[in-house]
Amino acid sequence: MLDALDRRIVTLLQDGLPICEHPYRDIAAELGTTEADLLARLAGLVESGVLSRFGPMYHAERMGGGLTLCALAAPEARFDEIAVLVNAHPEVAHNYARGHTLNMWFVVATETPQKAQAVIAAIAAETGLTVHDMPKLDEYFIGLRFAA
Amino acid sequence: MSALDTTDRAIVAATQGGLPLVPRPYHAVAAALGLDGEDVMARMRRMQAIGIIRRIAAVPNHYRLGYVANGMSVWDVPDDRIYRLGPLVGALDCVTHCYRRPRQPPVWPYNLFAMVHGRDRAAVEEGVARIAALLGPELRGHEVLYSSRILKKTGFRLGS
Repeated sequence: MLDALDRRIVTLLQDGLPICEHPYRDIAAELGTTEADLLARLAGLVESGVLSRFGPMYHAERMGGGLTLCALAAPEARFDEIAVLVNAHPEVAHNYARGHTLNMWFVVATETPQKAQAVIAAIAAETGLTVHDMPKLDEYFIGLRFAA
Repeated sequence: MSALDTTDRAIVAATQGGLPLVPRPYHAVAAALGLDGEDVMARMRRMQAIGIIRRIAAVPNHYRLGYVANGMSVWDVPDDRIYRLGPLVGALDCVTHCYRRPRQPPVWPYNLFAMVHGRDRAAVEEGVARIAALLGPELRGHEVLYSSRILKKTGFRLGS
């Protein structure tokens, strides 16, 4: 279970760690604890899976990568077979079944935008289905902050 | 897009799994790469300044924090108003991602995507209602797609 300080750590550190020689010492002082305690708690939060990760959040497109959201309408009888074909591509990072005519939604992440197009074309050819490519055209907010 | 040189890319590769949990983490990265700590910090500050690093932060597993419900809400709003409306939707507490994406006529008329998280389905529906109220008369249609199954979930591995 998370105690009150764990929750404050999760909440505070979603806003970011400074880039300086002793960043954890500075954050620990803000939280009223020691650097050693903060480091031990962070390691525990990562190990127990409360945090998926701790570190730099990189912006894939600005690094030159390709990242796009795709959807397709898989016929119910072929749904599992199509999921296998889609998931077989290592560039497919996430894939969710969703309740809609477009019932399979997946993210394609590649080193370049051109490679993403090649993966999409391959999935279309393998499944015989139209793959709807819906890259983000604008980003209004990436909060991704949760009160702990 | 700003080019990253090979040293920047080495730093990305060394840190995309996480930042070391040691008292001088940037110096630890530097030591592992045979670089100078000040140089690593300067390069990471530059990457943050130009938006390649969004921030250096904790990424919670939202399921573990009790946010077990999520819905992908999708909205059809006029293209000439989305620039004004998108940031208003994105600023709502319940919205964790908000993007403009291309419509796919005739199957998909929606151009605004807002991921809504909540502790239960009712909280997600309440968030969707708030977005609908915010969009008001500009709104031409919307749907909420709930995930019924995770078919695959692996981490991103980019930039190396």
